Amino acid sequence: MDHDAIISFQNVSKHFGKVKAVDHVNFDIQRGEFFSLLGPSGCGKTTLLRMVAGFETPSSGEVFLDGEPMSVSPPNRRPVNMVFQNYAIFPHLDVRGNIAFGMRKAGLTRSELDRRIDEVLELIKLPGYGRRGADELSGGQRQRVALARALIKQPKVLLLDEPLGALDKKLREQMQIELRQLQQQIGITFLFVTHDQEEALTLSDRIAVMSEGQVIEIASPSQLYESPGSRFVADFIGSMNFFEGEISSQEGSTVRIQTQTLGDLSAAYPAESSTVGQRVWVAIRPEKLLPVFTEPQSRTNSVAGQMGASAYLGDRSHFYVYLAQRREPVLVALQNLERMKDHLYQPNQSVWLQWALDAVVVLPRD
Amino acid sequence: MNTNRPWWRLDGFYIYAVLYLTFIYLPVLFLPLFSFNDSKYIAFPLKGFTLKWYEAMINNPPMLSALMNSIKIGLVVAILSTIFGLLAAKAVTRYRMPGRGPVVGFIMIPLVIPEIILGISLLILLNLADIPLSLLTVGFAHLLLCVPFSMLVLVSRMEGFDKSMEEAGLDLGENAWMTFWRVTFPIVLPGIIASLLLTFTISFDEFVLAFFLSSIDQTLPVYIWSSLRFPSKLPSTLALGATIFMASFIVVTFAEWVRRGGVRLDSTSGI
Amino acid sequence: MNNAVTLSETRLKLRKLFLKSEPVRGYTLLSPTLLAMIFGLAMPLVVLFTLSFWLQEYLDFIRTFSLANYLEFFQKPIYVKVLLKSIRISGMVTIATVLLAYPMAYFIAFRVKSNKLIWLILITVPFWTSYLLRVFAWKIMLGYNGVINSGLKSLGFLTEPLAFLLYNPTSVVITLAHAWAAFAILPIYVSLEKIDRSLLEAGRDLGESAWMTFLRVTLPLSLPGVIAASLLVFIPTVGDYVTPSLVGGPRGIMIGNLIQSMFGQSQNWPMGAAISVMSMFTVAAMIGLFLWGTHSYRKRVA
Repeated sequence: MDHDAIISFQNVSKHFGKVKAVDHVNFDIQRGEFFSLLGPSGCGKTTLLRMVAGFETPSSGEVFLDGEPMSVSPPNRRPVNMVFQNYAIFPHLDVRGNIAFGMRKAGLTRSELDRRIDEVLELIKLPGYGRRGADELSGGQRQRVALARALIKQPKVLLLDEPLGALDKKLREQMQIELRQLQQQIGITFLFVTHDQEEALTLSDRIAVMSEGQVIEIASPSQLYESPGSRFVADFIGSMNFFEGEISSQEGSTVRIQTQTLGDLSAAYPAESSTVGQRVWVAIRPEKLLPVFTEPQSRTNSVAGQMGASAYLGDRSHFYVYLAQRREPVLVALQNLERMKDHLYQPNQSVWLQWALDAVVVLPRD
Repeated sequence: MNTNRPWWRLDGFYIYAVLYLTFIYLPVLFLPLFSFNDSKYIAFPLKGFTLKWYEAMINNPPMLSALMNSIKIGLVVAILSTIFGLLAAKAVTRYRMPGRGPVVGFIMIPLVIPEIILGISLLILLNLADIPLSLLTVGFAHLLLCVPFSMLVLVSRMEGFDKSMEEAGLDLGENAWMTFWRVTFPIVLPGIIASLLLTFTISFDEFVLAFFLSSIDQTLPVYIWSSLRFPSKLPSTLALGATIFMASFIVVTFAEWVRRGGVRLDSTSGI
Repeated sequence: MNNAVTLSETRLKLRKLFLKSEPVRGYTLLSPTLLAMIFGLAMPLVVLFTLSFWLQEYLDFIRTFSLANYLEFFQKPIYVKVLLKSIRISGMVTIATVLLAYPMAYFIAFRVKSNKLIWLILITVPFWTSYLLRVFAWKIMLGYNGVINSGLKSLGFLTEPLAFLLYNPTSVVITLAHAWAAFAILPIYVSLEKIDRSLLEAGRDLGESAWMTFLRVTLPLSLPGVIAASLLVFIPTVGDYVTPSLVGGPRGIMIGNLIQSMFGQSQNWPMGAAISVMSMFTVAAMIGLFLWGTHSYRKRVA
């Protein structure tokens, strides 16, 4: 175990009857990190979070918090606090009552407590809301109160269970920025659960991608996006075009790959994991494919196709390009840098897709 | 419904509703009527207005002691069955338990067997175990009858609020007991009050179990039963019935008034 | 010191078990209720069943297994006859109560726009009167010098009061239907209130008349409430003892009166137990039949 780890999962499993909600999970979370658990619903991320909070106990393995094993301590004795998915604001208390709830045993004087509450109200940008009842708060305000109620306890780790899921898009984006700033300001470790990959990318220092109870990959947002380690991760985060290919030769950390649809291409692939003849996925992000409408000079790193349907999304446009030898279309995303150029892309038009050498991600197949 | 319809063109449903209310009110309204009738026979024609039956009611120690017994049993049963019901409701709504279905079904049995069978089977058990009949045995029988009602009320209240409220209480450092007091209890309080009222009412009005399981000390329904056979006692019993009816009417109206006033108080206190 | 270590270790282990095991925590909370129910419900029912195979001899029981009570139950026609009559009366009470209650519940759920609570309270107010007095009220209504006879006489329709109003199965049915009215309205009202209003609009939108929408949408969806109401009325009325005693007369006696007499005047507890057991089985069978019937009806509608 890394001694700087604030949370350490050691061989943690959780079974509900025959269902393995969490299956042999091992990893550490560093002090002061904004760490996200990302995965589709039912992947075990919430169960993992609830095991840190103490609402679930591992079937086997152990969760360490700041070096202490947690399996014998009940939720109320753990130095962590949680922001619940639906915020769980106590309906019978006002905002101050909610925030003061956990401070009963802190041994503060009345005035000291009032000062602390005012401080966190300031921190969450709700000064003067102290006497509002729980039913008089908007969704965003409830979320802030839930945050304040947990933060006033000065937890070693703040646990957040999809706290932005119930907010509308604009408010969610605003709260993402505030949450990130808040975390940097107070320096507490955040453990954040979400199924929204964009949210995880925006907020996190590191992300653990989970599926079916297992951690598939842990990496920084840019690493996960630009060089994912598996087809699952590449597919789950953002959009990705996959092409079947086979390694035909290798030279240092560069390999030549033969594909049916894209022809021969070169790409970076670590030498130790590749062998000639190995079947691989060639993966290219939609925004890394550049459409051109006149035939390019060079045939390398480009492919001819035919324009299919397109979708105008305001800041960018998506189109589907059909290639010879391939049934499903390739998704291409283009920034709309100029106004009103949408009409240029006609269906059935000939188009050539080009990409840079480093745009190609090679992933193991099978 | 068409809101432009003039008031005199009532639709069939409205007429039906009025007839129905007449059906359920009419017989009951004759009871207070006869409590003011100056005759010991409950029959027409009416003989004239009197308050002497109310005077007789006040000067009737056996009736008043039966009333006190019923109030005592009702209060104890209401409190105990609500506590039992609350614990059981918490257990079945908050924990994953094997055999929950059958256990809940078992607790609900008193709702689906005729009271007379519940009464005689308890009577047989007490008889074989040589336990003498008393108000205690009546109270115990009422408890069995009331716990399922209490549990039904409280289960629906517990299901109505999110489990994460209680988790938040634990998460913020309170143990299970304090979380119950500071979170669960205030949130389910309306359900607890409903359960107390319901179970008190059931116990207070329960006749069959009390009839089989009481000895010398009577409850009010048992007293009323005996008075139904002695015409001379009947008018003052009707007077008591009318008094209890008025008392409960005042209590419920007052409770409703407090509740509405309370709501208003809450919503203005925040501004 | 070693002892202290192992002691705290066992404590830790126990605590771990308690934290881990939701069933343990759940059953701990359930234990007071369960214990009360085992002593007050399971044991008495077992004893009742046992006693039904014993015999009475003056004030003592003959504690040897015997089927005599059950043989008597089937040999003397009175028992089966009264049991069947009880079921018939209760069945009629149930049908009458539910049929009368449904339009009222429908009215409150769909026609009353504001103050539904006032209507619900209005319906429950008469039931704050003692059950015994409510039943007795029908003696006043139907009696020889009662409301109906006096009323008809003073209007000149009658010269002599009608004697047949009281003390027969019909007066039992009327009285019970009145006494249990509120118990039928509330569950039906709740199930009607739960129906998503857009479903009714969908029914109309798909071209059904108001009446057909009621038959094909509202009625099937409110069936759970109707079933609950039926059971809530049927079960307690089968065993009712008060109403037949007060307004039933000799022709209106029900199984509850028979059971009571075995524990009262006749002093034959084992026979009373056997009648109780038979009634319970019959009622359970009736309920099973009823639930099976409504289930297959619902399947046919769906």
